[in-house]
Amino acid sequence: MEILLVIIIGLLYAAGIYMILRRSLVKLIIGLILLGNGANMLIFLLGRVVKGHPPIIGPTEKILADMYADPLPQALILTAIVISFGLQAFAIILVKMAYKVVKTDDLDEMNATDEDL
Amino acid sequence: MLIAILAGFLLALFMPNVIRGLKGKSSIGIALLPFSLFSYFISFLPRISSGETLHFNWSWVPSLGVGLDFYLDGLSLLFTLLITGIGTLVFVYTSSYLKGHQYLDRFYAYLSMFMASMLGVVMADNIITLFIFWELTSISSFFLIGFNNDSEPSRKSALTALGVTGFGGLFLLAGMVTLGYITDEFQISSLAAMSGEIHGHDLYPWVIGLVFIGAFTKSAQFPFHFWLPGAMKAPTPVSTYLHSATMVKAGIYLLARFTPILGNHVMWNTTLIIVGSITMLYAALHAIFRLDLKGILAYSTISALGILTFLIGLGTEEALTAAAVFILVHALYKATLFLITGIIDHETGTRDVSQLGGLNKIMLPVGIAGLLAAVSNAGIPPSFGFVGKDLIYEATLHFGDLAWVLTGAAIVTNVALLFAGFLAGIKPFVGKLPEKFSKLHLPGPAMWVPPLILAVLGILFGLIPPLVDGPLIKPIVAALTLQDPDFYLHLWHGFNVILALSVATIATGIALYFIIKPSEALLGKATRFESISPHSMVKGLGRGFTWFSAKWTNFLQNGYLRYYLITILSFLTFLLAYRLFLGVEIYVDTSVLSEITIYEAIIVLIMASAIFFTVFTKSRLAAVASMGVVGYSFCLIFLFYSAPDLAMTQFSIDTLTVILFVLVIYNLPKYLKLSDNRDRIRDGLLSLIFGAMISILTLEVLNESVQKDISTYYAENAYLLGKGKNVVNVILVDFRGFDTMVEITVLAIAALGVFSLLKLRLKSIEKE
Amino acid sequence: MKTIIFQTASNYLLPLLLLFSVFILLRGHYLPGGGFVGGLIASIAFVIHSFANGLEKTRSIIKFHPGFLMPVGLVFAIGAGAAPWFVGQPFMTGLWFEDPIPVIGMVGSALFFDTGVFLVVIGVSLTIIFTISETL
Repeated sequence: MEILLVIIIGLLYAAGIYMILRRSLVKLIIGLILLGNGANMLIFLLGRVVKGHPPIIGPTEKILADMYADPLPQALILTAIVISFGLQAFAIILVKMAYKVVKTDDLDEMNATDEDL
Repeated sequence: MLIAILAGFLLALFMPNVIRGLKGKSSIGIALLPFSLFSYFISFLPRISSGETLHFNWSWVPSLGVGLDFYLDGLSLLFTLLITGIGTLVFVYTSSYLKGHQYLDRFYAYLSMFMASMLGVVMADNIITLFIFWELTSISSFFLIGFNNDSEPSRKSALTALGVTGFGGLFLLAGMVTLGYITDEFQISSLAAMSGEIHGHDLYPWVIGLVFIGAFTKSAQFPFHFWLPGAMKAPTPVSTYLHSATMVKAGIYLLARFTPILGNHVMWNTTLIIVGSITMLYAALHAIFRLDLKGILAYSTISALGILTFLIGLGTEEALTAAAVFILVHALYKATLFLITGIIDHETGTRDVSQLGGLNKIMLPVGIAGLLAAVSNAGIPPSFGFVGKDLIYEATLHFGDLAWVLTGAAIVTNVALLFAGFLAGIKPFVGKLPEKFSKLHLPGPAMWVPPLILAVLGILFGLIPPLVDGPLIKPIVAALTLQDPDFYLHLWHGFNVILALSVATIATGIALYFIIKPSEALLGKATRFESISPHSMVKGLGRGFTWFSAKWTNFLQNGYLRYYLITILSFLTFLLAYRLFLGVEIYVDTSVLSEITIYEAIIVLIMASAIFFTVFTKSRLAAVASMGVVGYSFCLIFLFYSAPDLAMTQFSIDTLTVILFVLVIYNLPKYLKLSDNRDRIRDGLLSLIFGAMISILTLEVLNESVQKDISTYYAENAYLLGKGKNVVNVILVDFRGFDTMVEITVLAIAALGVFSLLKLRLKSIEKE
Repeated sequence: MKTIIFQTASNYLLPLLLLFSVFILLRGHYLPGGGFVGGLIASIAFVIHSFANGLEKTRSIIKFHPGFLMPVGLVFAIGAGAAPWFVGQPFMTGLWFEDPIPVIGMVGSALFFDTGVFLVVIGVSLTIIFTISETL
């Protein structure tokens, strides 16, 4: 299964980069999101994946028994997911406003810094 | 003590207010600061001359071994007295020289800042502190040289000076750090005891090389001398203060200060003798051909600094005594000459020696000062300069095999210096007064009294050497040689070789003065070699560098995001590929991997096709929807692999993101086909290669054993310490609670950003 | 999207989802859940309601600008972090009441902190989405 996930990670990176290299701003943001997903999955996989043992201490136990899924990457990813939401929202609005100001979605035409609104 | 050193900075801070308070009229009162410092330091004279050294320590950055540590011994005392004493006179002089100038407050602020930095340099006991004050002198001198900031040459020479001295300062820092690394000791006063250890260390040549560059740039030694003549663009009080008496001597001070630590080694001595003699001869010859009074003085100053370097290089007790005396001699007569040059310039409006003459008739006191300074400069008895010159000859004559070569060099230099001194101190005042100057008059006493005081001191010390030898010179020699010196300065040594040499020097010099008449033709001859001088080389280097930077920047910073990315990614891919190629074994250890079940395979398949669809669809909504599919499949994968928290979060976030996109995208333009197929193929290839690289890398990492120390700690302590059973949640709200707090703050900022971008902007548009 | 079915459903969904989100928040320390997820679910509840009934209605239910939840949540979180100072312990030390409270279980500073996170997340998502749907 890890092999499949590795391939998916590679695909996500490739797709993210390809989208970032496009000239359209909307594609740029989609690319960023794909790239972020890829990175999350990478972290998740590097913590080693374990089936059916969530990092939750059993009702009668005091410490986490063997064969649990690694809680540390999970905490990292959880943070990353939430933060990336804030980032995406902000980026989308920036794109929106940029489009409103310069009336184009094309990165190559956004080359003036002091456009009047 | 700390207050005394930092007082200049404090004054600089409040200077604009002070001047406004004084309404510009009694700006002479500001001279009270250097004067009170002078009195303060001179009160230490008895204690220093009885052989004491005073230490003042102030903890600053103890963890780095940096302290505001100061100490006062003979050498520091001489310099502090020069700095504050000449400082007082310069402050007084300025009040008249720049009377009513728009930026007088600034000028005084820079000047007192400089004074404070200079005091810091000569009293610092910590090598890092020394460096900091050293750089502060460079910076404040930059402001002073560029004081006439509306003149282009003035700005340029300020930059040159800052460039050269700042560059040297960095070398000095490197030298100091290396020294600290060798000895693990940052106190200058304790370093002398480790001199043997330093000499034996492999890094010794590096240390002295770096210190030399620092000292040579500051003290305008060949080949770094060119900034000093340029710096003469500064107002004359600055030239007087910085470029004759104090700042350029900082390099000399540094060499002298480190003589007991680094000196007495063949590398140290030889380098200094060679560089010193080249500088003194080269600059002395240059001085002869100048027409501009300040140019003459600049080159003769460089030459004098060369002599000092040379003397420190000789390193014998006699030579060091000569150096100590010569520092004082030179400061006295050179400051005088600069000050009277300033007066001449101020009154007549020219500094061209070939046009000046007969000024004695209108400004006699200035003429007297000039004469006395020229006499001291020439080393004619009974001036203090005579004592100094005798000591120099004595030092060179007693220097073993090379005695006559070195003495010869010293004589040639002295002849040229004498000529330069006469040109600046006597020539403008004798002869016929040109018609156009006859209406001039003597400036106010604030201008002519300071040079006169200095000039008289130069003669007085010569007549009565005990005034200085016991109290000032002996402690210096003691500090430099670490021995108790046993000598007395004399004006009269009896008839011997030295006297003969002196007489010869004076006679040749005076003869030269009557033979050579400065003119444009001579200047032209001297400047013919300008194209191969170090100055033009540095200028050429600077131009080349600017040209190269412009090309390079245009090449790399072309303003297209994707070219930046392509460059970065290609480089990264190349590096990774190279590393993998170098023999990383790629294999897959199937035994540790989990099995593939049918529903997992289906999800992966869905994900892969969703990714493809996102990339290649022509519709924006479809792209967003398929991106949502990717996200939801992520949820499932998280769910299968024991991460329920992640699954829940990913699910909710994904929902919100899709909603967000749909809301916004509605108002964005349709996809356009902006790039041609060639671009697409290029980008596609690059991204595929990069993706493959990441995959291979991930596989490699999966083969390594995993480090679980931290996870294990959390797993074991989540309930015991955090009283929670969901370990992920305990990490978030307890173990790493601080991170989470910052995270929600960041989120709040993002929301505020969105809100203000949309709402506030709209409001401002509506208002219009 | 203002269909009667959707509207009616959303009217019932809102309180249910909100209750669920609080439930998720409270159980977060022992079972999957927590402030982040809880907050997101609550925001989704409001967003669904606004889609069905229009933004105005949802706004009138909340009564205040959702942005105010952000500072309130931050104060909760920082307060929970700073509470240990008053008993002479370093910032962010966990404090716990002696006895468990029925239904909720052990109550400590971590729960207050999580509540802060919950509020900030609601504030952030609702501010963003409401602002966008109002202005575009």
